[in-house]
This record gives sequence, C-alpha cells and structure tokens, in this order.
Amino acid sequence: MTTKQDAASSLPPGSQLDADWFTDKFVMLVMFIGGISAIVFILSIIVFVVEQGGVFIFETMDIQEFLFSPRWRPTSEWNATYGILALIAGTASVTGLAMVIAIPFSLGTAIYIAEFADGKFREYLKILVELLAAIPSVVWGFIGLSIMNKVVIDVFDVPVGLGVLNAGLILGLMAAPIITSIAEDALKAVPDGYREAAEAMGASRWEVVFKVVLPAARNGLLGAVLLGLGRGFGETMAVLMASGHSVHIPESIFDSVRALTATIAAELGETAQGSEHYGALFTIGIFLFIVTFFINLAADLIIRDIRKG
Amino acid sequence: MSSNIYAATDLNLRKQKNEKILRILFLMMTLMLIAPVLIILITLIAKGGPILSSEFLFEFPRNGMTEGGIFPALLGTIWLVAVSLLVSVPLGVAAALYLSEYSSDNWFTRLINLCIINLAGVPSIVHALHGFGAFVIFAGMGTSILAASLTLAIMTMPVVIVATKESLQSVPHSFRVACWNMGATRWQTIRQVVLPNATSGILTGIILEVSRTVGETAPIMFTGAAFFLPFLPESIMDQTMALSLHLFVVATQVPGVPDALPYGVALVLIGLVLLLNAVSIAFRMYLRGTKKW
Repeated sequence: MTTKQDAASSLPPGSQLDADWFTDKFVMLVMFIGGISAIVFILSIIVFVVEQGGVFIFETMDIQEFLFSPRWRPTSEWNATYGILALIAGTASVTGLAMVIAIPFSLGTAIYIAEFADGKFREYLKILVELLAAIPSVVWGFIGLSIMNKVVIDVFDVPVGLGVLNAGLILGLMAAPIITSIAEDALKAVPDGYREAAEAMGASRWEVVFKVVLPAARNGLLGAVLLGLGRGFGETMAVLMASGHSVHIPESIFDSVRALTATIAAELGETAQGSEHYGALFTIGIFLFIVTFFINLAADLIIRDIRKG
Repeated sequence: MSSNIYAATDLNLRKQKNEKILRILFLMMTLMLIAPVLIILITLIAKGGPILSSEFLFEFPRNGMTEGGIFPALLGTIWLVAVSLLVSVPLGVAAALYLSEYSSDNWFTRLINLCIINLAGVPSIVHALHGFGAFVIFAGMGTSILAASLTLAIMTMPVVIVATKESLQSVPHSFRVACWNMGATRWQTIRQVVLPNATSGILTGIILEVSRTVGETAPIMFTGAAFFLPFLPESIMDQTMALSLHLFVVATQVPGVPDALPYGVALVLIGLVLLLNAVSIAFRMYLRGTKKW
C-alpha cells in the first residue's frame, strides 16, 4: 500500500508539485537579485567614481601635493593646483566642533531617556528625537544661513556669522538626534540585572549610571559616536550653506572654511566634463568614500559586537 | 534610644538628594538639546507662515523667482519620489526578504549587510557623483528625472530594507514552521503567511523613505534637478525643479528674493517631512497595539 507521501514524491514531471517547485526557485532567484543589488550598487559607486576621476588620478595627480598642499586653485589658468589640505582642515574643524557640541549633550539626553525618564514623557522624548533626526540637511543649511548667522553675529559681535562656529553648531544639532537614539539603544541593551545588582549592594544612582551602566554600554556608545561622526563628515548641503565657503585653514572658530563635500557640490556644475578640475572633484569623492567606508565599518563592527554579547 | 529604626539615615538622604541633582542635570542637558531646535522651528513658522497660501503652493515662480509660488518644485518632488519608489521598493523588499527568509548567517550575508550600511552611510554628494557618472553619462540618460530618481533610489533603499527586515523578523518563526509542515514551499509560506503579517511594517518603512527622498538635495543637483524651468516635466527624460533644491536656490543663488520667500519654502519642505514621519510613527505605534503575539 502506498502512502500519500510516496505518491507525492513519485509524481511525474510537469505536475502541480513541480510547478510550485519551479515558482519557488524562481522567486528565490528574484530575492537573491534583490539581495546582491546592494553589493552591485556599492561596486557601481566605486567603478564609476574611479572611472570619472581616473584620468586625473593616473596622469595629473601628484599624491603628495593632493593630500598635503593647502592650495586649492583649480581655476587658475597657468598654474592650477589641486591640494585638498585646506578642505580637509575645513571638514575636520567643522566636524570636530560639531562632535564637541553633540557628544556630551547627546549622551546626556540618552542617559536621561534610558535611565531617568519614565512613562509617557519618555515616549514623547523619543518621538521628538526621531523627528529632529528627520529634518532635511538643506533646511539645516538654510537655518545656518538665516537664523544661526544672526545669532552668531549678535552674540559674538563679529561681522560675518558664517564659518566654523555656525557650521559646527548646525552639524552638531544635526548629528545629536542620531547619536542620541543609537546611544539610548546601547544603554537599554544593558541588562536590568546589572542595575539591580548594583543597587542591591547600596550603590547610588550616580554610581549605577557612571560605574555600571556606562562602562557596560561603552562599545555601543562608541558606535553611536562614530555613526554621528560619519554623518557629520559626509554632510553636504548644511555645510555648503553655513560654513562661509572660503578655502583656507581656519585660525579661529569665526573663520570661513570650505568642506570637501561642499567643494564638490559647489564646483561640479561649473567644470567641463573630463577636465582636470572635474577629475579632481571625483578624486575628492573617492577620498570621501574611503574615509566614510572605514568609519561605517568600524561602527558596524563595534555595534554588532554588543548585539552578539 | 527611641528613634525609629526605619527612618532614613544620613546616607540615604544624601543619596536621594544626589539622585535628584543628577536627574535634573540630565534633564537640563536634554532640554538644552531640544530647546534650540524648537525655537528654530517656531522662528521658521513665524517668518514663513504668513506667505503660505494656495497661491504660493499652486503657482509658478515669477519675476526671476522673487515672486509667485512653488508649484513646479512641488510637482517635481512628487515625480522624483514616485519614480525612485518604483525602483527602491521592489528591490528593497526583495533584499529584505532574501536576508530575512533565505540567507543563512555566513560571510556573504555579512557582505550584503555591510554594503547596505555603506549605501546609507556614503556621503550624499558621492551618490551624486555616482549618479552623474553612471546614469547621466554612461547610461546616456542625460540630466533627467530618471537619472535623479535612480540616484535617490540607491541612496534611500537601505531605509526600506531595514524597516522591512525588522517587520519580517517580528513575524514569529513558528508561523513559518507550521506552514512548512503542511507541505507549503518557501514562497507559498512567505506569500500566504509572512508577508500579510508584515505589510503594515513595510508600509511604515516606505513612508519613512518618502520623507528621506523629499529632503535630499545633493544627489539630484547634477543628475536631474534644475534651478528653474518655465514649464512642467512631461516625461521621465525631462529635467525638473525640486522643492529641496528650490530652497537652496532661493536662499543662496537668486538676488533680490524677499525675506519671507525662502522661509516659506523651508516651512513647506520641513512640514512635509515631519508630517510623513509623524504618520509613520503613529502608524508604528498603532501596529504595536494591534499585534496579537
């Protein structure tokens, strides 16, 4: 006597079962294509950005001058120089200031939300932080240009309010919600048992937070800071509009600077396709890609590490 | 010795006081982070609010963009969002399904995840360079809605992937096992059981992605968005104006713009983005309430 299962496994080809089997394999292929599309896109970014910058990289560029010369004079007719040191200094000063502003306040806010706030208030704060993270960068740039500009002029009594300070403040406000929400996740991932054990031994809230929770969440907090850093480093429109846009190494926080990202955004439209200047802008793009790639990689490794543990 | 042995000791009191100070300190930090943004938003509303009218929303810019409305920019943004969703939603959902339902935890899956993280983390201006090199020049699309939308799609795809993956993983594994045991194939299980239970979560992710796409400026600057066009786009091979770029243009590139105009544009843009986000958050909270497992 044949059981039903035997009958199913011995169905001839072309039957209902086979059709289902083929559909299943076909769908699996479609899903796989979706899955590898992310890899394809990353490769495509590398290939096309390098392709467009290639002529410049291999024929014109002097790597030493490119990285260590502060002279970015791509439009000079007889002696064009392509040094991005001043642009790197612009990006670094703005991002650095943004981090100095954003990190303490974000971590403070994350600690407040995770350890102190409760009930409805906590939910509202989380929603508010999420909404703040959604404000588009061009709106932040406009805020820097209009509102923050006036604030800086009034408060510090300087003639122009666009510069490192303005862009740093704007970027700090932009990065803070991101750092806050990831840091809050990291604090929440610390098991309650740690807190209870510490409190049972008579630790004060101060000691619980600073000696138990923060050290336990150390890696997650570092990951949060790195992601915020990556965001600030790659930010384009806000920095373009708020930093004042003159190429030089800043000496004070009121100086006007130009960031790497902003340079591409401002100049690509004016260059002839295939020219040296055009290639140099794509080469800056490669530089940005490499740096953000490693920042993201580091953040990911660190954050994955805590999820496992 | 008649004192109450349950009374708080000095140490207890000191600790309570400490905790109060600490709580207030962190609350202050939170408020100092949030208050400036709220003040900024209120300023935007105060300065941009008066200019908002149906005329502002539904008319063309006039007089070198110093008067009139933002209609072509608004419509262009809708074009860009719609076309980019057509690409990123199917690809993103497929990628999430692959990662959550098909792949196992090996180096290849980790590579895909790393690429997704990097797609989200690469600076928007690098996406713009890529879109320019790959779509505008190499694929010969020229500066067009199509090229700009594809650039946006690649950039915002991770939002859909992450949201979809999360909602797929929130469907209990036992649902799938039950289905497999009844002889269903993987795809039958996904279509009949997993997807219906995850649809609303995916929708939340799509709304979030729309809000991201609406605000992006750098990726469309060189791939398809124009500073000013006197006519509306007729096909996806045309250039278009876009709301986000329009804000940049009226704020920095056009002389003689009245003060209120860029505030108005900023207000419409930020209103749109925050509204989409609020809908997505409300939807998510509603879903959390209806889950039966």
